[in-house]
Amino acid sequence: MSDVDRAIAGLEGLPRRNGELVFEAPWEGRVFGLVVALTKTPGFEWEDFRRLLIAEIARDPDADYYAKWLSAFERFVLERRVLTNEELESRKSEYASMARDAVI
Amino acid sequence: MSGRDSHHPNAPTDLEARALALESLLVEKGLLTSEAVDGVIRAFEQDIGPMRGARAVARAWVDPGFKRRLLAAPKAAFAEIGVTEHQVEELVVVENTPTVHNVIVCTLCSCYPWMVLGLPPTWYKSAPYRSRVVIEPRVVLREMGLEVESDIQVRVWDSSADIRYMVLPLRPDGTEDWNEDQLAALVTRDCMIGVARPAVPSAVA
Repeated sequence: MSDVDRAIAGLEGLPRRNGELVFEAPWEGRVFGLVVALTKTPGFEWEDFRRLLIAEIARDPDADYYAKWLSAFERFVLERRVLTNEELESRKSEYASMARDAVI
Repeated sequence: MSGRDSHHPNAPTDLEARALALESLLVEKGLLTSEAVDGVIRAFEQDIGPMRGARAVARAWVDPGFKRRLLAAPKAAFAEIGVTEHQVEELVVVENTPTVHNVIVCTLCSCYPWMVLGLPPTWYKSAPYRSRVVIEPRVVLREMGLEVESDIQVRVWDSSADIRYMVLPLRPDGTEDWNEDQLAALVTRDCMIGVARPAVPSAVA
C-alpha cells in the first residue's frame, strides 16, 4: 500500500461493512476508483482533493456520501484545467440522453 | 430501441451520467485508464464482493441442502449467509455439471450480479466480450485461458436489469477433505462469471 492508499483507507466516513469498503452501486466504486487512480499522479495531490471533499461535506452534510466525492472530484479536475465545464456538461448530457452508451 | 429497454429501462441517473462523463473524458485525455480504476477498486474492496458469491459456492459444495436452495431460491439461500440486499431478488444461479458449462454476459450493456460478485471488470463491459461470447463462446473462453472440452455443452446467459446470473462452478477434484473456508478461497470472480474454473494449486493438491 502506498501512502495515498493508507491515507484513504484511514478516512473516516467511508461506508464500510466489517471494516471493508462497500459500494452501494457501481458508480460509487467508479468515482472512488477515479479519485484514487488520479491522485497517484503528480500534480493531482490527494490532500488537495481531500480539502475539496471536506468543503463539500460541510456544504451539504445530508447528501449521499459518494455524491460528495463526485462533486468534489468535478471541482478538483476543473480547478486543474484538465477539463472544461463545457466538456463535462456536454458529455454528461450525451450519457443522460442515452446518445452515448452508458456502460457502468 | 426495444432491446435496450429490457436492460436499462431508464437513462442513467444524474450521478451515473456525471461519473461516466468524468471517466470517459479523463481516459480520452490520457490521464488514467479504466484498468487503473478497476485495480484501485479491487484493491480497496479486498475482494469482498466476489467473496460473497464464493462463500455461497463453497457452502453449496459442502452442503447439498444449501445447494438445492441456492439453485431454487437464491434470495433465501443468500440470506442464510448474511446477504440480504433486495437486488439479490434478481439473481439466478446456473449450475455447471460434467456436461454443461455456463458463462454469463450482458450483450446490451453491463448488467452484472454485483451484489454477490462485486464490481464488474472492464473486459466484461467491453464491446468485444459482449458481442463475441454469444457468437463464439468457445473461442472467447479459449482466448481467456479456458479450454472447454468438445463434449461439454456451453450455455451463455444474457443478463438484464430483471435477471442477473451467477455461475455455480464444479467442485474441483482433489478437494474432498477441504473445509468451506479453504474451498471459498478457490472460487474467483472469473469462475462465477464462467470464464475460468476453480483451480487447485498443484503444491497443495
